[in-house]
Amino acid sequence: MAEVQVAGVSRSFGATKALDDVSIAFPDGGFYGLLGPSGSGKTTLLRMVAGFDFPDSGSIVIGGEGVERVPVEKRRIGMVFQNYALFPNMSVADNVAFGLSVRGEAKADIAREVQRALDLVQLGKLGARRPHQLSGGQRQRVALARAIVTKPRVLLLDEPLSALDKALRVDMQVELKRIQREVGITTIFVTHDQEEALTMADRIGILRDGRLVQEGPPEEIYDRPQSEFAATFLGDANILRGEATESGIRLADGTAIAATAGPKAGPGGKASCAVRPERIRIVSAADAAPSDGNMLRGRVSKRIFAGNSSTYFVDRSGETVKVLVRNDGSRKLSEGQDVVLCWSVESTILIQGL
Amino acid sequence: MALTRVLEWLGRIYIWLLLAFLYLPIVIMALMSFNVSPFYQLPFEWTTRWYVALMGNDQLITATWNSIRIAVITTLISTVLGTAASLALYRYEFRGKKFLQALLFPPIAIPWLITGTAMLIFFFAIGIGRGLHAILLGHVALALPYVIVVVSARLQTFAPELEEAARSLGANQWQVTRRVTLPWIMPGVIAGGLFAFAVSFDQFVVSYFLSTPGQTTLPVEIYAAIRKGFTPEINAVSTVIIVVSMALMLLTARYFKFGGEK
Repeated sequence: MAEVQVAGVSRSFGATKALDDVSIAFPDGGFYGLLGPSGSGKTTLLRMVAGFDFPDSGSIVIGGEGVERVPVEKRRIGMVFQNYALFPNMSVADNVAFGLSVRGEAKADIAREVQRALDLVQLGKLGARRPHQLSGGQRQRVALARAIVTKPRVLLLDEPLSALDKALRVDMQVELKRIQREVGITTIFVTHDQEEALTMADRIGILRDGRLVQEGPPEEIYDRPQSEFAATFLGDANILRGEATESGIRLADGTAIAATAGPKAGPGGKASCAVRPERIRIVSAADAAPSDGNMLRGRVSKRIFAGNSSTYFVDRSGETVKVLVRNDGSRKLSEGQDVVLCWSVESTILIQGL
Repeated sequence: MALTRVLEWLGRIYIWLLLAFLYLPIVIMALMSFNVSPFYQLPFEWTTRWYVALMGNDQLITATWNSIRIAVITTLISTVLGTAASLALYRYEFRGKKFLQALLFPPIAIPWLITGTAMLIFFFAIGIGRGLHAILLGHVALALPYVIVVVSARLQTFAPELEEAARSLGANQWQVTRRVTLPWIMPGVIAGGLFAFAVSFDQFVVSYFLSTPGQTTLPVEIYAAIRKGFTPEINAVSTVIIVVSMALMLLTARYFKFGGEK
C-alpha cells in the first residue's frame, strides 16, 4: 500500500510527445481512473508507473521511494494486462503462485496465499484448471489474483474490462471495486470508457494529447468540467458558445445565458457554457410558463427512444441541443413541435479560456 | 457419382504408387540385409549374419560412433546457440538486425558442396585443418540456421505481454526465460534440435571434405567401403541408420503438428 506521485513527467517517441509535463498524486488506497481517447498517453503513463518505460524527465515516487530508474521487476507492483497474459503452460494455481515462487518463498506458504487469493476472487475451486479452460471473466479474476497475491505497493490495470462483453463488464466493475476495497490497495486503471471510469474510480484524471486536462472526483469533474473536452468526454454535454458577459454569456442571436459565476476573462471575450442533457426540461411552446432560469426556444427534430429514457434533439437557429427525458409516462412531444427548453442557472457550467 | 468414385480410386492408387516409389528401394535393402546371399539372390533365406559381421567391422563401428557423437554434440551446441540467438533477435532492437536476419537464410540454400569446399579452404588457411573437430565445427555451422529459423517461427506465436507479466511479478530475466518463454517455444526448440541432428547425422558432402582417413563419419565410411567393393554389412548399417533417421523425422513431424495447439 502506498501513495504514488508522478511529477512533471514527459516522454517523447520521436517527434510525438506521448506525455507532456504530467503531474498527478494517486492517493494511498484510492481507486484512480486514467481516462482519455486513444493516443492520449494514458497507457504510456501506466507503463511508466509499472516500470516498462522510463520518463525523459520528471519523477515517479512510489511510497516515498523515487523509482524513475528502477526496472519493473524491482518495483513491487501488480499489473493486470488487457488480455490478461496468463501463462498458458501453467495451471491457474501456478499462475497465481508465480510471483511468490520467483521470490523463493516456502511451498506451504505459497499454497496458502494462492488459495486465499483465489478465494478472494471467488475461484477457490478452479486452481487445477488451465487458463484456456476458463471463461473471459474467470481469466480476468485469475489475472487479478495473480497481481495482488504478492502484496504489491500499487495495482495497475490496463483496460481491465475491455475484453469482456457488456453484461459481464458491469458485473466485473462491481466485483473489481469490492476486491479493491477489501484489499485496500492503491489502484490505477486505464480506460477509454467513461462509464467505467465514473462507476469504479474515486478519482479521475482526464488526459488528452499527453497532457492532463483535469482531475478530481468523478462528480466534481462531471458537475464542473473546466474545458469543453472534459465536459464532452466525461458524460454528454451541450456546448453553447458566445460572448462573455458579467453574469454568463450572450449567444449569437442575443439570448443571454446566466451562469453561477461570471467569466474571469471579463466581458467581451469568447466563452462557452456546458449543460448536461438530463438537466434540461422540455415543454411544448404552448404550455410554457415563465421561469427564472435559462430558457431557449426551438423545434424538435428527432426523438430517440432508449427504453427508460428518450433523447430529444432540438434545433434552434442551426444548433442542436440534446435533452434527456425519463420516460415517466407523461405526454410525449412529437417531431416538428415547437418547444421551450429551460434549466437552472446552477446547471449552467461556464467554461473559460477558450 | 460414378465419376467421383473413379477419381477417389485413382487418388488412392496414386498415393500407394507414390509411397512405393519412396519406400520400395529402402524396404528391399532392409530385406536384403537379412538375406543369406550377398548378391541379392533369391529365394530369400533369413539370417542375421551381416549384422554380426557389422559388429566385427571396426571401421564401420568407429565411424558410426563418430557420427553419433558428432550429431549429438552438434545438436546440443547448435540448439543452445540457435535458441539464444533467436531470443536475442526476438527481444532486442539493434543496428543491422534486419540484415543479420536476412543473412540467415542463404546458407540453407547454398549447395553443401560449395559450403564444404569453402570450409575446407578456410579451415586450412586458419590452421584448423581436417578431422573430427573440423567436421563438428562444420556441422554446427550448417545446423545453426535451421535451429534459428525454426525457433524464431515458434517465437512469432509468443505473446510479449507474457514476459511483461512475469517481470511485473518480480521475475528476473533468467526466470522469465526459463519459466515462461522456454516452455512456450520448447516444441520449436525440440524440432530445431531434431533438424540439427538430421543435418549432422545424414551429412556426407561437408564431412567428406573435412574428414581424414582415420577420422571419419559413417556416410563417408560407407562411400569409401562401396568403392572398395560392396558388402551386405552396408545394407545392415544402412538399415540401422534409416530406422534411426525415420524415427527422428517422425518425432519432428509430431512436434510440428502439435506445436501450435497449446
